Parts: sequence; structure tokens; C-alpha cells
Amino acid sequence: MSNVYFTEDHEWILVEGDIGTCGITEFAQEQLGDIVYVELPEAGREVTQNDEIAIVESVKAASELYAPVSGAVTESNDELADDPAKVNADAMGDGWFFKIRISSASELENLMDKAAYDALVVGQS
Amino acid sequence: MRYLPHTPVDRQALLAAIGAEDIDDLFIDVPNQALLKEPLDLPIHASEMAVESALTAMADRSVPMGSMASFLGAGAYRHHVPAAVDHLIQRSEFLTAYTPYQPEVSQGTLHYLFEFQTQVAMLTGMDVANASMYDGATACAEAVLMAHRVTKRDKAILCGGLHPHYREATETAVQFIQFEIDARSTNSDEAEDMAGLIDGDTACIVVQTPDLFGRLHDLRALADAAHDKGALLVVVVTEVVSLGAVTPPGEMGADIVVAEGQSIGNALNFGGPYLGLFATRQKYVRQMPGRLCGETVDQEGRRGYVLTLSTREQHIRREKATSNICTNSGLCALAFCIHLSLLGETGLRQLAQVNHGRAVALADHLADLDGVEVLNSSFFNEFTLRLPRPAAEVVEELVGRNILAGVPLSRLYPSNPAMADLLLVATTETNTDEDAAALVNALREVL
Amino acid sequence: MAGPETVTTNSGHSGLDLAEPLIFELDSPGRCGVDLPEPPDAPNRLGGLERSAPIGLPGLSEPQVVRHFVRLSRNNFAIDAGLYPLGSCTMKHNPRLNEKVARLPGFADLHPLQPVETVQGALELIDTLAEWLIKLTGMPAVAMSPAAGAHGELCGLMTIRAALEAKGDPREVVLVPTSAHGTNPATAAICGYRIEQIPADDRGRVDVAALKEKLAPNVAAIMLTNPNTCGLFENQIIEIAEAVHSIGAYFYCDGANFNAIVGKVRPGDLGIDCMHLNLHKTFSTPHGGGGPGSGPVVLAEALAPFAPIPMVVRDGDGLNLVERKADDLGTAESLGRLKGFHGQMGMFVRALAFILSHGADGLRQASEDAVLNANYILARLQGMFSASFPGPCMHEALFDDSFLKDTGVSTLDLAKAMIDEGFHPMTMYFPLVVSGAMLMEPTESESKTSLDQFIASMRHLGERALAGDSEFFAGAPYLTPYRRLDETQAARKPVLRWQPPVVEAAE
Repeated sequence: MSNVYFTEDHEWILVEGDIGTCGITEFAQEQLGDIVYVELPEAGREVTQNDEIAIVESVKAASELYAPVSGAVTESNDELADDPAKVNADAMGDGWFFKIRISSASELENLMDKAAYDALVVGQS
Repeated sequence: MRYLPHTPVDRQALLAAIGAEDIDDLFIDVPNQALLKEPLDLPIHASEMAVESALTAMADRSVPMGSMASFLGAGAYRHHVPAAVDHLIQRSEFLTAYTPYQPEVSQGTLHYLFEFQTQVAMLTGMDVANASMYDGATACAEAVLMAHRVTKRDKAILCGGLHPHYREATETAVQFIQFEIDARSTNSDEAEDMAGLIDGDTACIVVQTPDLFGRLHDLRALADAAHDKGALLVVVVTEVVSLGAVTPPGEMGADIVVAEGQSIGNALNFGGPYLGLFATRQKYVRQMPGRLCGETVDQEGRRGYVLTLSTREQHIRREKATSNICTNSGLCALAFCIHLSLLGETGLRQLAQVNHGRAVALADHLADLDGVEVLNSSFFNEFTLRLPRPAAEVVEELVGRNILAGVPLSRLYPSNPAMADLLLVATTETNTDEDAAALVNALREVL
Repeated sequence: MAGPETVTTNSGHSGLDLAEPLIFELDSPGRCGVDLPEPPDAPNRLGGLERSAPIGLPGLSEPQVVRHFVRLSRNNFAIDAGLYPLGSCTMKHNPRLNEKVARLPGFADLHPLQPVETVQGALELIDTLAEWLIKLTGMPAVAMSPAAGAHGELCGLMTIRAALEAKGDPREVVLVPTSAHGTNPATAAICGYRIEQIPADDRGRVDVAALKEKLAPNVAAIMLTNPNTCGLFENQIIEIAEAVHSIGAYFYCDGANFNAIVGKVRPGDLGIDCMHLNLHKTFSTPHGGGGPGSGPVVLAEALAPFAPIPMVVRDGDGLNLVERKADDLGTAESLGRLKGFHGQMGMFVRALAFILSHGADGLRQASEDAVLNANYILARLQGMFSASFPGPCMHEALFDDSFLKDTGVSTLDLAKAMIDEGFHPMTMYFPLVVSGAMLMEPTESESKTSLDQFIASMRHLGERALAGDSEFFAGAPYLTPYRRLDETQAARKPVLRWQPPVVEAAE
């Protein structure tokens, strides 16, 4: 998956063309525990890199997600409203949060690749 | 000292186990100049008998409402609370229990909170209610802040019939954030005429019914007007017994209902502790402040209850919390729940009818007096009289005749001359025919 | 041979463990537990707004209601039944004298808006309590109206903002230690401030050097708890106060832990500007399953003019209530009203009864015993449990989960196992500055026997955890009527009220 990038806040972005699909990593979902609720951005919302864009809640904690890149939200994963457990079950796949039309591909260069992210996780464990 | 179990022998043994010679070894981190070397110059300990005697003497320097013919309301009402209520709330397991954060040992508390939340939702005609707040006035402030969060707008309209304490508490709560309060004057239009004031910047409009003057309001048109502009309708109820007789705010289109629950289960207690009720629609549940109790199951499939949606609260969301509130009004909520369980559907309706019936009869007798005008066309158990001279003076004169005639509106609006002659009279099931006759006769004589 | 695990009953009850449904499931329409007079049969004046639809409340008689709530009560732990070693909560004994005097008609049967001359005794009670709080804290003024600790905190921070605004310089930032209670940042946000955090040093206190670096002209205030949330006295507090004042900022002190120092230290002597008190912690008013509380706030001279209304004042020969902002009443700069009416009178009576019973000598002794008891727990557990900081502690002892590393047992699991031993769990996962925090506060109400029993149980559980018996802990508690409850389900699919069952239409 050479077109997957990671942020220091334990988010991933899968880039296909100019669309990025975003979610939280396996490590993040493990840390949070059972996910009970997510708050997702509306389609059309424009964001700058690092803007607060979504919220993920477990029983005991709430975490913000930040836009990994600048762009406009194209859609959010409606299935998470009824079944937030998908984030725990498949954080890197079915548990995706939102898709974004990337406005500035050069911002991806600030993000980590899988090897760098895996090293970060080892350091934090 | 009867509340302290340790003897000097115990203290020595504990110090020895710690490895300290003197208790002040344990206070070693206190800067020496700040550590008091002697007890403060204040009275020393006293026996239970002595404390009881001193406080009884102090209590005797006030006149309890029950010893006079009393007609005071204005947001706090004297109702009869069955003896079982006070006995039950004094059970150790209710009185001295902690907040139910460990649900396995708090199912008693959580179970009654779930019942309480259901009762409040039923009374107000709304979808969900929280586990209570400090009082009606702070609940009103919290409702405005919630409307601010939900609509992301910066203005609230407070109708002129809103209890001034509720208006003031709301103004205090928003004074340091970007938020504007448009508080309508009491001489302005009825709630029904407020619709024209709502615009695209309005987060909510706040209306009280029965209002401060006792008038009842049909809010359906106002609800539609608010919703047309994307604003919320917040309805305030200060006399919750009225909900036994009157169309509930939920049926009239309210988005948030806040109320003072003191009338059910709780004594007047000179103003506190009281009981804030807060109810809203299902879609706003995650924006609700305060504690929430939810149903679940335990490991063996037994139905039980837990505090839930805690991520809204201060101990988790911290600066992004829906409120800084930590506590609810637990024991007052229990008293409300027990009293309402005793009343039930028929009892609450009958209680409301008795209250209203007494008020109608009293209003008619008072309206017959020369110079006295009953201003209300509608009311529940409280109405406004216009007297031929300042109401505060009249009230003082009647104290001498062992009557508490009502709340002069000048007490709540001291700088408004239009209020000077107005008296708020409330009557409940605790007033007798003799009380009513005493009030009527006394007014006839002094006016 | 039959035993509790094998015997089943027809009723679903289990000996003295009596199962109880919701009141809505006990309904019999028309039944009522209160006798009321017949209402008059006359036209109403409800303006056409009579209620038409049923409310939906169930009908029960008095015996059923009493039995219902008695059964519920038996599923609660309570201080009267056993020890709650809850750090920061001060679960001390609630004297019954307090309940008796709070119910005297001369306190309980008073309407808040009665003419002031008919409530002089009540105003005297409030004034007397206020005087005690002023003298115990060494501060010149007190605001009595806040309804709870968090409300008092809001009041305190609002007076600070009001004072700064009066100087035309509201500023932007409030400094809060990383160990702070969640109410602190929530309160700061309501006052329009953003927070910046100050780290702790390796002794568990505020890092004073780091604090001083953050003291800039845009800092409005610092919010510190003392003793702090790690149970330690901030020994540099006087220096901190001086530094804060030198840049024109104010010092808010969270008084949740006042029980450690009543009669031993006056916070006013430490340089603080305002502090809230929790009458339901330090002054024994009952926790009531979650309230009501009361949170008076003591204030320095500089902040007193901004105190909320109403307030009780001496007026000629008697006492009066000041209920509005006005120059001639000295309240022109008040931050305004915080709640309806005057304050938590019912809690004032209880707190004053407690204070008068203890007196200056008893209050001082109570603090000493509270600190003694916490240090005893620290001394007896620290060999096995990982104490986060070296002692002595104040009225509470902080441990963390480092001693449980590689056992597979978490702080939560250990806490749930305490329940079977007959103790309420200690405060867990707070403060956030250590991993898996366990904050234990016994209070002065525990005898040595009680402490020894608690310590023995904790040591037993500690041994079992260190022996690697993680499966046992994961299933705890075993002996309560309710086992671990599914909090995930409650949050994913919130069911916040009873609903009448949907009646299936007959085919």
C-alpha cells in the first residue's frame, strides 16, 4: 500500500488519484477501546491541513481527528452512525471516516509512510 | 470527640507504624510560617445537645411559613410532602451514597435516576431528560448555552414573563463569551407576539409558562416561528405541578424544557437545595449538559443501569465539555421520584386540579374587593393582583395579622415603578378555607 | 450438595437480594398512594390549555412505593455501610444531628421571599457559617450562593475575570497543572479563557520554573489545587503566589482537598485570591447519591467587590439580603446572580452543625487524623504497591499501576475486585499525571481496625495480582447482585428512559 500515509495523531490517508480516504489506525482504535460514537464532517466542508475535522468517542475518552491534508470533504461513512464498532473491527478498511478531495498534494510529503509510522508506534508502546 | 474514632493510643500506634514521632512531621511540606501552632481562636467542640440547642434557638428566630396563612410563590411553592418521602430519602444507602460511578454497587441510585428521567420526560412531553441540575434558574442558563452549541448562533431572546432570577442567572452565565441576550421588558408583548423578533441570528427564544405573573401561554405558533428561522424554543416551568393540568411544552413544540422541580418532594428550605429539570429531543441528546443514566445489561444478562454518554462531561472533555457541571441534585431528585410515584397519574392530576380550584375560588373572592384587580385571564395556582397602593406595604401590614399575603413584585423588580402596586398570590393544597378567608378579610380591612 | 450457585428460585429473588422492576412496570391504572380532597367542579381558567393526553405515570399505593425504594436502596453501597477510599471526595461520616437540625421548621419551612424580618434566624445561620469559613480560611470575604464545587469554581474564576475587566485588561490565558480536575479547564472555557498546562516535577508538585516561564502579561490566573490532586502539599505555594501576583494575575485555589489542612493552615496565609469550598466534602453534608452540594467561595479584598448577589449583610440591628447590583448597596460591580434565590440553605445548616460540633480544636484534630490515616495506608502499602511519590502525603495517598506491569491486571480490574472485599473502589485514573492512578483517601472517620482491614484486603489483592491471577480480576466483582455492566452498549445505543411496550395489533 505505497499510497497510504500516516500522521502523528494516528490517522491514515489512502490516496487514490486526488481523493484521500481517511481513518484512524489500528493502534489508535486499540488505545481508545470500544468506539461508541463518531462525529463526521459534512460533505462539501473545506478544511486546511490540521483543522479539527471529526471526533471519535469511546466510553471513557473522546479524541479529535485533524485533517491530514487540505481539501474539501466529499463524503463521510454513514454506516458508522449505526455501527461504530466497525472502527474497532476494521480500522484500516470498513472503519474509514471520511473522504477528501486533496487540494495540495505536496502536503502529503509532510506525512509518514508505513515504515516511519510503525517505528513511531513501537516508540510509544 | 464523638465523630473521631482515634484514641491517643491509636494515634501513637499509627505514627509509629509510619515512622513519625509527631503529627507535624507529616505536615513537613507546609511552609513553617503558615503552619498554625495552636487551634484557631474560635469556639471549641460542643456536645450534640449544645449544638441542637443553639441551632434550635436560631431557627426559632424565623417564622415558618406553615405557622401563618401563606400565599408565597414566585418560583418556589409550598406543597404537602407525604411522610414516606422523607423517611425513604434518609435511608443510609440513599443519603450517604456517592455518585454512581461504580455501577455494580450503585444500582439503587441508578435505578431511581432512570425512573426520574422517565418521569421528567413524561411530564414535559419530551423525549429524554437528564439526571437533574442545580435548580431551574441554572438549568435555564444551561439551556441557552446548549442552544448556542446546537445552532452555532450568538443571540437569545428572553421573554418578559421569565422569572428575573432565571434571566439574571442566564445573563451571568454568558457574560464572558460572545453571546447576546435580548431580555424583553415585562411591559412588552405577550409571548405569542414575540415571533417577529426571531431572525437568522437567534439561537433560541426562552418563554416561561405559567409565566412570572401566572399567565399561561399557547406556544405552538411561537414554536413554528422559531423553527422556521432555525432557532430553538426553550420553555421554562417554575411550578412543575402545573404539568398535571396543562398541555406540556413538548406537545407545543418545545426543543428544550427546563423546570424547577422543588414543588414535588422537596421542602422550601429558604431557597435551596432545589432541583433543576432538563429535557430535550432525542436528536439533541449529545449536546445535553449534566449526568445521564442509561439502561444496559450486566455480564449475566441482568438488566441494569449506568451513567452514560460521559464524554460530554467535564471529567473527560475538559475544556470542550458541554458544561463544567459535576454534581446533580441527587437526593432532591430521589425525593421528587418518590413523591411522584406516590401521586401517580390520578394523584398528580387531582393535586393539580385542587391547586387550580383553590386559586380560582381565591381569585374570585379577591376580585370582589374594592380597589383590587385580578390581572390574569388565565392562571394555574398563582395570579397577579393590582392593589390601590404599594403591595410591599400591604404585605408588611398583613405580617402583623399572621398572614404572608404574597410576593410583592417590587421585591423582584425594585426599580420598576409599574410593579409597585402588584402582588403575586399563590395558593396550593396546603392552604385552608380559613387561610383564604383570612387573606380576603385582612385585605378588605387594610385597603 | 445445594449451595448458592446451584439453588434457583421461582420468584427470581435470591434470599435477601430482592429483585425489583421499574415503577412503570408496577402500574395499576387509577391506583394512588396519596389521598387528596375532591377538586371543585367548576370551570377552569387554564386558557384553553387543559392537558388532554395522559402523562403516562404509573399508579402505586404507599406500601408498594415504600417497598420499591427500600429494595432499591439495598443495592447501594454507602458510607454508613463501609469505607470509600475515594481520593478527592472526602467520604467522611455524615452526622445524623445534621439531618435533624436541617429539618427544623425554622430552617426548612421558610420561603426564600418571605419578608426579611420574618427570616432573621435563617440569615443569622448563613452569616454565622460565613464567619466560620472566613476565619478557617483566613480570607476577608465569602460568596455563599454557589450550588456546588464546580459552581463555586465558576464563581471564583468569574470574579477574577470581572476584576481584570474592571482594569480594562481581561487577558487570555489561565494556567492549569496537568494534574488538574476536569472542571478546571471546563470552567476556564466558560469564562472565555484558554488554558495552558504546567507540568509537574518529579516530586509530584507544580514545576515552579516551568510555571514562571509561562507567566506572561496575557495570563489572567493560575488554578491550583492545594493540597494537590496527587495528595501532596505544594510547598512552594507562597513563592508561586508571589510570582503570579507580580505580573498582575490572580491565584484561584481549588479547595476540594481542604480536609487535609482545616485548622492547621489558612489558605489566606499562602497568598491565594479565591478558593471554593465543598461543604459536601470537608464539612460532612451528605453526598446523597450525587448531590445536592454547596460550594461557597472565599475571596481576597481585591475580588470581594465582584462577588455574586445575593449576599447577607448586617443592617442596623438586624440582617438583610442584598439582592441587586446597586451603588448604594456596594454591589455595583457584582458579577451578578448565579442561581435562583439565595444558596443551598439546607446544606448550610448541616455544615454549621458539623462545625459547631467539632469546634476549632475538633476541626484541627480531624485534619490531623485524616492526614495520619492516609500516611498509614501509604506506609503499609508502599512496599507492594507503587507509590507515585515519596511521602509524607497529606490526606490522600497516590499509587500507580507500575507495580502491575506484566501481570495483565489493570487498575480497573483491581478496583472491581475491591468490591467483593466490601470496599468501594478508590479513585481511579485520576490524576492523569501517572499511569493507572489509584488515589486513596480514608478520611478521619475510619478507625484503626477499619484501616487495618482495608490494608489487609488491598495487600491480599496485590499479592494475587502479582502472582499473575489476571483471569480472576477480569471477572470481578463476583459477589454483588450485579456483575460488571456493559458501558459500551449503553453508550452505543443509549436508552435513557422507559418506554411503554408497543402493543402488537391483533391480526
